[in-house]
Amino acid sequence: MKFSILVNEGPYTHQSSDSALQFARAVLDKGHEIYRVFFYHDGVNNGTRLTVPPVDDRNLQKRWSELAAAHALDLVVCIAAAQRRGVLDEGEAKRHGKGEGAANIAPGFRISGLGQLIEMGIQSDRLVVFGD
Amino acid sequence: MLHIVNKSPFQTSTLQSCLDHALAGDAILLIEDGVYAAIRGSAVAAAVTEAKGKVTFHALGPDIAARGIAPEKLIDGVTSVDYGGFVDLVAEHQTNQAWL
Repeated sequence: MKFSILVNEGPYTHQSSDSALQFARAVLDKGHEIYRVFFYHDGVNNGTRLTVPPVDDRNLQKRWSELAAAHALDLVVCIAAAQRRGVLDEGEAKRHGKGEGAANIAPGFRISGLGQLIEMGIQSDRLVVFGD
Repeated sequence: MLHIVNKSPFQTSTLQSCLDHALAGDAILLIEDGVYAAIRGSAVAAAVTEAKGKVTFHALGPDIAARGIAPEKLIDGVTSVDYGGFVDLVAEHQTNQAWL
């Protein structure tokens, strides 16, 4: 079965990013497919490579990136929500004149539009929302 | 339909909204702080017990354990599931609604 996941809450806020990550792992463990994970609103904060949590705390961004790498997941960050919160890829950083090295999108994440959220709803058998 | 409730009933009214909208045969899954609704003898226990007549109640085991709630404190008939069980519930129901 094809699953998609929507994450509307940032990391370390309450529990939604943790819940979504563990749900995603369980989906894959059960042999299902994850069509896409879409990060919207404060959820885009899961996709910045600049997060540096204390060493004894979980690194949620890294866990998402690692899960994406291991299972070729499509992690999409909403462009408008990301720009508001300073999550940029190289193209966007350049377009907005933020200077060399300003891009902070984490490995495995890509920036795109809300159409990707609509499309995953159409293409997937199940869509599960995690948020605040 | 599967209803997913992630907030404590002592913090928001999402569980009550969910109970007001749930239809016979629906399932309700309590996750995160939502699991506080599954504790026996609380102010919302009567509402949960009454709703059990028409819906099934499930609560996410890891979130119950993370909050120090002993399994014997759960209302009778509330089933504890792990993340795999969460996935199964989603798969078994054509639609799901997160009461955020």
